[in-house]
Amino acid sequence: MPLLSGLFYSFFKSLVGKDVVVELKNDLSICGTLHSVDQYLNIKLTDISVTDPEKYPHMLSVKNCFIRGSVVRYVQLPADEVDTQLLQDAARKEALQQKQ
Amino acid sequence: MNYMPGTASLIDDIDKKHLVLLRDGRTLIGFLRSIDQFANLVFHQTVERIHVGKKFGDIPRGIFIVRGENVVLLGEIDIDKLCDHILQQVSIEEILEEQRLQQQAKQKTEKAKVTALKDRGLSIPKADNLDEY
Repeated sequence: MPLLSGLFYSFFKSLVGKDVVVELKNDLSICGTLHSVDQYLNIKLTDISVTDPEKYPHMLSVKNCFIRGSVVRYVQLPADEVDTQLLQDAARKEALQQKQ
Repeated sequence: MNYMPGTASLIDDIDKKHLVLLRDGRTLIGFLRSIDQFANLVFHQTVERIHVGKKFGDIPRGIFIVRGENVVLLGEIDIDKLCDHILQQVSIEEILEEQRLQQQAKQKTEKAKVTALKDRGLSIPKADNLDEY
């Protein structure tokens, strides 16, 4: 049972509409607007662009994409979009709840 | 129409032309006909597109059922954004030949690397995962 994914699912839901960069485990980085996320942390991005030199030419005709949560390495966010204090408090609360 | 706003769903992508990148490095293009909660996909009129440098070739494959765990990413193909000016389509024989040459070159460099390391008493452990993407 995914324990803390409820927390990060809510966190990502609050970031819908913001611009993010998703780095995949195959080193491909995709920049785009966060359209939606689900309980598996699958991500849908719109208006995407491949940030690194286009070693991946197949992406040229793609504007929107669905990324499977299992292949994500990082999701890069601008610092001013994240309230780290809130996130820390939420994580602490989750951890306490799990202990019980 | 989304039944749960903010939730990533592939429901709206049904019957649209998509590109799927698989963990073994393959690229499939076709019409998405069916989905499920594991991101298992059913593709119709599928074509396997092989890219080597700026060239590409399409191999018709019919109907594909892709197990969700093999999916890296799924992208909707925007027909307005087609890129005929950058990429050059070639025949299947040609692209397969190009791919074979590319694999050969890669194996050569890999072999040279392994030999060089062996001479220095080092070895890279074999990767557990078979991901080629």
